[in-house]
Amino acid sequence: MTTTPSSAPVIAVRGLVKRFGIKTVLKGMDFQAEEGEFVALLGPNGAGKTTFLRILASLSRPSAGDVRVKGHRLPQQATAVRRRLGFVSHQPLLYGDLSGEENLRFYARLYSLPDANERIAAVLKMVGMYRHRRDLVRTYSRGMQQRLAIARALLPDPDVLLLDEPYTGLDQDAAAMLDEILARVSTQKRTVVLTSHDLSKAALLASRFDVLARGKIAASAGRGEISDAELLDFYRGALASAEAER
Amino acid sequence: MKESTGFGRAVLAILWKDLAAELRGKELLSAMLVFALLVILAFNFALDLDPKTRASVTSGVLWVSFIFAGTLGLNRSMATEQDRGCLDGLLLAPVDRSAIYFGKMLANLVFMLIVEAVVLPIYSALYNVNLFRPGLLLMVVLGSVGYVAVGTLLAAMAAQARTRDMLLPLLLFPVIIPVLIAAVKGSAAFLAGSAWADVSSWVNLLLAYDVLFLAVPLMVFDFVVEE
Repeated sequence: MTTTPSSAPVIAVRGLVKRFGIKTVLKGMDFQAEEGEFVALLGPNGAGKTTFLRILASLSRPSAGDVRVKGHRLPQQATAVRRRLGFVSHQPLLYGDLSGEENLRFYARLYSLPDANERIAAVLKMVGMYRHRRDLVRTYSRGMQQRLAIARALLPDPDVLLLDEPYTGLDQDAAAMLDEILARVSTQKRTVVLTSHDLSKAALLASRFDVLARGKIAASAGRGEISDAELLDFYRGALASAEAER
Repeated sequence: MKESTGFGRAVLAILWKDLAAELRGKELLSAMLVFALLVILAFNFALDLDPKTRASVTSGVLWVSFIFAGTLGLNRSMATEQDRGCLDGLLLAPVDRSAIYFGKMLANLVFMLIVEAVVLPIYSALYNVNLFRPGLLLMVVLGSVGYVAVGTLLAAMAAQARTRDMLLPLLLFPVIIPVLIAAVKGSAAFLAGSAWADVSSWVNLLLAYDVLFLAVPLMVFDFVVEE
């Protein structure tokens, strides 16, 4: 995958701190991603990966630090950020009593999308769900719900796509289908951040690997710097050095 | 202008979504209706009253059924947003977040008015009281608006908690007391055929409460739903 550096990074984070009561989850984290980059944010459970993505998605307010997406500062310019951003979590964010198409139509109205019908048909075809568009979401399998969740996130054609553990609960076939869809999505000029603790998925898709540990980026490497075989050692080394600094 | 168009469109989209989902599932309305009808039936059997006393308790029985059924509806309405993480989907939309409040509030109001439209004729038949008086209907609408306005805000607040089913009534009932008193007293006065001068203070109190609690969410809803 090619990375297209531009003058200003698409995502720029400096000194990000997030506290929940007395617990500090992110401790002065720095991060940046360029246009077209696919960053895999790796880390153990509880490292703060989801918290970080929720801050980028303007679902959570930073306690301190500077967070910018496409030059818009969070949380002050959250509405402008939301217009440029798609978010997929391990929950599908879809209504079970509506059909797949009705769910997308609802989100198209919220985003005031022009040519909504064409866009809905395009994203449904992209994720292979066009045939099932009239079925109620509660009748979908977990894999189908996740594919529709990606269609929902892609509906406004976002510049930034955030994927929070999208493989959670998927069987092998559904995970393989998701691999194909994400590979297709990432070939476009779109910045993608994927959180995962599954290194094989990260190795398959990402152009850069960042390890989040103890509330900070402990290590970062581009695809050209390490091979897939070295990824596990890179990850373990980053966690060990973060633990040693404690 | 463009911002206000987006706001109105988002409000209507959420209203449409709630009505369409309810039309399919029928979970919320059926639960509210069964509960409200059980309450008036229980009172009908429990209170073996003469016509004069019956007229004096009508207002109280009606509002007990509306309020309890309404609380059930508010809880379920926010539970559907928590299910499958849908609230996050709404919060990700590039619209003013108070549009989410107004969409949910309007949907809750429609559900409550539907329940009331079913309960009133059944109550009239069971208790042999004519409830179709313009003054009483005005109190029902104003009381429902006030109840749903504050209820939707507090339901969104309680939705973040694990014990939301228990938390909502605890938060709601102290705040809703002015609406409850004004609605019960005003309804009773209209049923007793009191003059407008005797009822107007209750109507004014309800109007003021409605305006206040429709304005407050414009300022605070963003903070209510954020992490």
